[in-house]
Amino acid sequence: MAKQKNQAPYRKIVKKISLYILLIVVTLFMIGPFLWLLSTALKSGGENIFQYPPKLLPEEPTFKNFGTVMEVFPFWRYLFNSAVVAVLTVVLNVLFCSLAAYPLARMNFKGKNIIFVLIIATMMIPFQLLMIPVYIISLKLGLQNTYLGMVLPHVTTAFGVFLMRQAFMTVPKSLDESARMDGANSFQIWLRVLMPLVKPAMVTLTIFTFVSAWGDFLWPLIIVNDNDMYTLPLGLNMLSGTFTSDWRLIAAGAIISMIPIITIFLLLQRFFIGGAMKGAIKG
Amino acid sequence: MRTNKLTPYLFLLPGCIILGAFIFYPMLQAIWMSFTDYNMITDPSFVQFDNYKQLFQDDLFWKTLTNTLIYLVGVVPALVIIPIFLAVLVNQKLKGIAFFRSAFYIPVVTSLVVAGIAWDWVYKENGLLNYVLDLLNIISEPIPWLTSTNTALFAVMVVTVWKGLGYYMIIYLAGLQSIPDSLYEAADIDGANWWQKMTRITIPMLMPFVLIVTIMSSIAAMKVFEEIYVMTGGGPLHSSETLVFYIYTEAFDRLNMGYASAAGVILFILTLVFSLINLKVMGKDNSE
Repeated sequence: MAKQKNQAPYRKIVKKISLYILLIVVTLFMIGPFLWLLSTALKSGGENIFQYPPKLLPEEPTFKNFGTVMEVFPFWRYLFNSAVVAVLTVVLNVLFCSLAAYPLARMNFKGKNIIFVLIIATMMIPFQLLMIPVYIISLKLGLQNTYLGMVLPHVTTAFGVFLMRQAFMTVPKSLDESARMDGANSFQIWLRVLMPLVKPAMVTLTIFTFVSAWGDFLWPLIIVNDNDMYTLPLGLNMLSGTFTSDWRLIAAGAIISMIPIITIFLLLQRFFIGGAMKGAIKG
Repeated sequence: MRTNKLTPYLFLLPGCIILGAFIFYPMLQAIWMSFTDYNMITDPSFVQFDNYKQLFQDDLFWKTLTNTLIYLVGVVPALVIIPIFLAVLVNQKLKGIAFFRSAFYIPVVTSLVVAGIAWDWVYKENGLLNYVLDLLNIISEPIPWLTSTNTALFAVMVVTVWKGLGYYMIIYLAGLQSIPDSLYEAADIDGANWWQKMTRITIPMLMPFVLIVTIMSSIAAMKVFEEIYVMTGGGPLHSSETLVFYIYTEAFDRLNMGYASAAGVILFILTLVFSLINLKVMGKDNSE
C-alpha cells in the first residue's frame, strides 16, 4: 500500500477522511433505523412522538417504557424458547450432517452417488412449497406447539452435509488408516480422528444454522399457536399487533428482543464474519 | 477397507430419515395435493388440473406473480452491485474497519420482525424518512410509504436490500481477499488509477462471486414473505402481495390446501431455473 508513488501527504489525508465519511454515512443507513427506534423507546410519556419535525433525541430520556413492556411482554419465556430451538437445531444439525458426510467423503458403497445427488437436490425444493404437507405431517405426529416440531424439519440440510463432506475430504486418508491399524472402528475414527480436525467447518455450520434458526419466522408462525411456545420474533410480532397505538412500548419491546442476538454477535463477530466468508467460498 | 457393509448406511441414516420425512415425502405429497381439493376437515378429493386452471384464471394470482417478478428485478441488481462497493470499502486497511464491517452486518443477524418494526417507524408519514427527504427538498409533502398502493411494494423492497447488503458484502469480501496483491502491484507500476483497477482487476476477478450472489439473491427474492407479512400484510389492496404470501394465506387462512399446493408447485418451477444453475456452480467447485 505504501508503494503508491508521489502521493503528497495531504492527498493521503483527504483520501482517508473521505473514506471515513463514506463509512459513517453507510453506517447511519445500516443502523440508523435501530437508533431511531431506540430513541423512541427512550422518550417519556409526556413527549409527543408523532410531532413533526421529529425529535431525534428524547427530551427527557427514561427507561420507563422498558419496565412497562416487560410487564406485558414475557421476554424471558420467549428468550428461553428461542434459545432451546436454536441450540437444539444447531446441535442436531451439526451431528446429523457430520454423520452423513463421513461415508460420503470416505467410503465406497452401493448407491453412494445417487444418495449424494438426492441430498444435494433437496436444496432446490423451496420450503414454501413443503410447508403445507410438513404442517399436516407435524399435526399427525403431535408436533404442534412443541420444540421438536419447530426443530425437526431443519435438523439436516444439504448445505451442512456438503460443507462437512468438503471438510472431511481435506483430511489426509493416512490418518484414518493408521487409526484403523490401531483397531479403531469407523465410528471411533469419525469421532476421535476426523471431528477434531474439522472444527472450523463445524463453527461455520453452527453460526449459519444458529442465525437462521434464531431469526426463523415462517415455520414457527405455522406450527405454533400457543403463546407459551412463542419464540422472540413471534412474541414481538404479537406485541406489535396488540399495542398498535403505543409506539413507545413496541419500540422498547423490539429493542429488548434485539439485545440477545446483538450481544452474541458482538462477542463472536470474528466467527460470524469468518464463517460467512468460508460458507461463501465452499457453499 | 475392512468395514461392515452396513456401516456407511448407518452413518447416513439419521440425516436421510429427516430429509425423507420432511422433504422428499412432503414434496410428493405437495404435488399430489395440488391435484386435489383439500380443506383439512373433509377428505381430499381428486380434481385433476382444476386447481391449476383456477390459478391461471385468478387475477390475484397473476398480481402476486407480477409483484414477485418486480421484486426480483428490483432487489437483485441492488444486492449484486451495491455490496461490491461496500466490500471494497471495508477491505481498506483503516483503523477501526472491523467496527464498520460489523455495523454493516448487524441487519443480517437481526430478526425481520425487529427490522420490520424499525422501518415501519422510519416510514411513518411524519417519520424520519419523510423528514430527511423534506430537508433535502426532494419531496414537498410527506409520502405514506407503506399505506399507498404506489409505494408499498417498493418500500418493502428497500428493507430486503438493506437487510441483505451486509451478507453479500461478506461474500464479496471473501472474493476480494482471494485476489492476489501482485495484480494490484503490477497495475500500480503501470500507473493505473482507482477506477481502472476496479474495472480491470477487481470486478473481473469477482465474477464467480457475482454469479453466486445473483443466484442466491434471486432465489431469496422469489420466496420473499416475512418482510411483507410484518410490514404491509400484502396491502394496501394486495399491492405488495407476493406469491409466497398468497400461498400462505390460501393455505393457512383459508385452508385451501390443494389450491395453495398448486401455487407452491408453480413457485418450485420458477425457482428451479436458478437452483439448477446453482447446482452446476457447486458441482464445478466440487470436481477435483
